[in-house]
Amino acid sequence: MIKVNNVTKSFDGRVVLDDVSVTFEPGRTNLIIGSSGSGKTVLLKAIVGLHDIDSGEIWFENILFSKLDFRSRKRIRQEMGMLFQGSALFDSLSVEANVRFPLDMFSDMSYRQKSERVDFCLERVNLTGANKLFPSELSGGMKKRAAIARAIALNPKYLFCDEPNSGLDPITAILIDNLIKEITEEFQITTLVNTHDMNSVMEIGEKVVFISEGVKCWEGTRKDILNSDCKLLNDFVFANSLAKQLKSNTENNSEI
Amino acid sequence: MLKFLHEFGNYLILIGKVFSRPESYRVYYRQTMREFITLGLNSTGIVIIISVFMGAVITLQTAYNTENPIYPAYLIGLGTRDSIILEFSSTVVALILAGKVGSNITSEIGTMRVTEQIDALEMMGVNSASFLILPKIIATVVFNPFLTLISIVVGVAGGWIAGIGAGVITSSQYVYGIQYAFIPYYIVYSLIKTVFFAFIITTVSAYHGYFVRGGSLEVGRASTKAVVYSSILILLTNVILTQLLLS
Repeated sequence: MIKVNNVTKSFDGRVVLDDVSVTFEPGRTNLIIGSSGSGKTVLLKAIVGLHDIDSGEIWFENILFSKLDFRSRKRIRQEMGMLFQGSALFDSLSVEANVRFPLDMFSDMSYRQKSERVDFCLERVNLTGANKLFPSELSGGMKKRAAIARAIALNPKYLFCDEPNSGLDPITAILIDNLIKEITEEFQITTLVNTHDMNSVMEIGEKVVFISEGVKCWEGTRKDILNSDCKLLNDFVFANSLAKQLKSNTENNSEI
Repeated sequence: MLKFLHEFGNYLILIGKVFSRPESYRVYYRQTMREFITLGLNSTGIVIIISVFMGAVITLQTAYNTENPIYPAYLIGLGTRDSIILEFSSTVVALILAGKVGSNITSEIGTMRVTEQIDALEMMGVNSASFLILPKIIATVVFNPFLTLISIVVGVAGGWIAGIGAGVITSSQYVYGIQYAFIPYYIVYSLIKTVFFAFIITTVSAYHGYFVRGGSLEVGRASTKAVVYSSILILLTNVILTQLLLS
C-alpha cells in the first residue's frame, strides 16, 4: 500500500501539487487522471522520489519514504518498477541487456538464472525473439513492452506507469493496458498508472483519482465516474462530443 | 558571482556523488572497459594525425625562423622536442580532446537526461551520477597519458619527416637535437598536466550533460558550453600547474 498525506510541491514559487492526500491499494490498478499540466506526472515522480516534496508524507507500507536519505531509498527502489512515458530504454543496450540490467546490478543470480528470468519477462510481455534488437529497431508498442519487462525483472512490489499508452494506436494501447492489469493481478503488485486516456480508465481503472491544477478533486471507481457530480471531472471525462452524447443518452434512459 | 558559486557548488556535489561505492563492481568494470574504447582508443587516430602535422609545422617554422649561421641546426630538433613535450602533446591535445570527447560525453549524458534514462537508473536504485561518470573519469585519466606519450613520439617523428623532406635539417642533426640537453622531468610534467586535463574534460562535460533540462536544442547548447568551459579551465590550470611544477 502507498499512502500520500498532504503532499505539496512547487516549482519556482508555482504550486503544482496542493495538499494532495490519497491511498493506493495493493493488487489493484490505481489510476491518476487529469488533463495535461494538471500535476499528475509530478505526483507520480514525487511518490517515487524523483521529485523532492515541499511538505507532506509518502508512505510505502509502514516506511516513511519521503523522509529517507538517498541510500535508504535505494533499498525500497529495488522493489519498484517504472514504465516511463518515452519508455526510457537504454539506447546502447539490446532489449535483452536492458531487461538484464537490474538483475546484473542487484541480484546474486547466476548468468543462466538471469537469462531464464530475462526470457520469462520477455515472454510475459509477448516479446519473445526480440532479445537481440536495439531500442531504435523497436516500434512504440514494443518499446513499452520491453520497458514493462525491465520493470518487472526484479519482481517489484510496486509498478509505476507514466502515460503507458501515449503515442500508441488504440488497439496497441488496449493491449498495453491489459498487460499492466494482468501483471498487477498476477504478481499482486501495487500499480499506479498516470493517464489522460479515457479508454484506459474504462478498461483497467479499479481505483481512479482525478487531479486538476494540482488539487485532488475526486476519487472512486471507474463505474462511479459516470455518475459523478464533480463538474471538473465531468468536463474532463465528457470532453468530446461522442462522450457527451453517450452521457445524455444514459441520463435520458435513466429518466425513462 | 552568485550564479557561479551555485554552479560550482552543484559541480562539487555531483563529484561527491560520483565517488561513492558502486552497486555492482562487475557492471562498473564492464562499463569502464567500454569507455576505454569509446573515449580512449577511438581518440588515438585524431591524436596521431594532429601530432604528425603539428610536429612537422613546428620543425619547419623553427627552421625558417632560425636561418642564422650562429644557431646550430640541431636546435631545430631540440626546439621541436621541447615544444611538443612541454606544451603541444599535453595542452593542445587536451583542447582538441575537449572538443571531441567533451561534446561526446555531454551529448550522451544530456540525451539520457532528456529521454528519462537517468530517471530510469535512479528508479532502479542505481547511483546514476556514479554509474555514468565514474567509468568515464577512470577511462580518460588512465588512457590520456598514453595518448600524450603517443602524441610525443608521433609529433617528434612528424618533425623528422618534414625536416628531412624539406631539406632544412639532416637526419643526424635532428636526432642529435632531440637528444641534446634532454630533461626527463619534462615528460613527467606533461603527464601530470594530462591527468588534470582529463579530469577537467570529463567532469565539466558530464556536469553540463547531467543537469541539462529541455530537449535536443538544450543538449546541443550544453555541449557547446561544456567545450568552452573545459577549454578555459584547461588553459587556466595549465598556467597554475606550470608555475607549480616548473618554478
